[in-house]
Amino acid sequence: MKSAVVLLPGLNRDRDMIAALTKISGRAPATVWQTDTEIPDVDLIAIPGGFSFGDYLRCGAIAARMPVMRAVAEKAAKGVMVIGVCNGFQILVEAGLLPGALMRNSSLKFVCRQVKLEIANANTMFTRRYKPGQIIRSPVAHHDGNYFADAETLARLEGEGQVMFRYAEGTNPNGSINDIAGIVSEKGNVLGLMPHPENLIEAAHGGSDGRALFEGALGIAA
Amino acid sequence: MKARITVTLKNGVLDPQGKAIEHALSGLGFDGVGQVRQGKVFDIELTATDKAKAEADLKAMCDKLLANTVIENYAVEIA
Repeated sequence: MKSAVVLLPGLNRDRDMIAALTKISGRAPATVWQTDTEIPDVDLIAIPGGFSFGDYLRCGAIAARMPVMRAVAEKAAKGVMVIGVCNGFQILVEAGLLPGALMRNSSLKFVCRQVKLEIANANTMFTRRYKPGQIIRSPVAHHDGNYFADAETLARLEGEGQVMFRYAEGTNPNGSINDIAGIVSEKGNVLGLMPHPENLIEAAHGGSDGRALFEGALGIAA
Repeated sequence: MKARITVTLKNGVLDPQGKAIEHALSGLGFDGVGQVRQGKVFDIELTATDKAKAEADLKAMCDKLLANTVIENYAVEIA
């Protein structure tokens, strides 16, 4: 299965994402730069974490308006899977590919720690290798992960099973509404999440709870 | 032509930064400070001379980039 990683100035988790996809899929992902207007034929496009464009204006705001994001939107409309992690999630909401917004953490502090996530919907390409309600571990590292959506949007997300990951057992690190850590688009092929599953894929990371996400998305046997 | 755009959080959107500022003001001894909401101001110089067109452009700038209309309102003033 083929993948591509979007590169933007100021991202700093791109190497982690490339390493994870290479290890899990057995082939190096293609890389696309901010000014690229075409993305090769792949099954999965990943937007890594970091601080694109210095988080100027709003997190992900400038990146979301770059030419490469129009190409990502076209691919997403055709059903290609897209995953945005951390800054990648912020970019996806700023680009309008996912609803809602990510605001400053309610503590006003940058949080860098491990949290527990509950699999809120295991019936998607991204989460099919997990069990419903399963609790997994995942690192988080962000300053703006406080997910917000208006009541109507929130009701739709919850009603349609678009909430994929929830911070479990009182580990919500950012004040996110309904403990939301990750959501999927209406069609189910665009996933955004604040935690970093790519940083927990092998024993050397201290665990591999994040691995099943990529195996599910890429259709690779565990 | 000069314009000023003010971007503020919508009612009902929590503003932890505004809250922290509110507490800091109380800490400095300013009594009677109610809710504080933090926003952004953009001063923009335009070469346009047609005020109506400038206003339409500025609103488009807000919708496309300067404000996130999921959580923010904006106001456009032309000097």
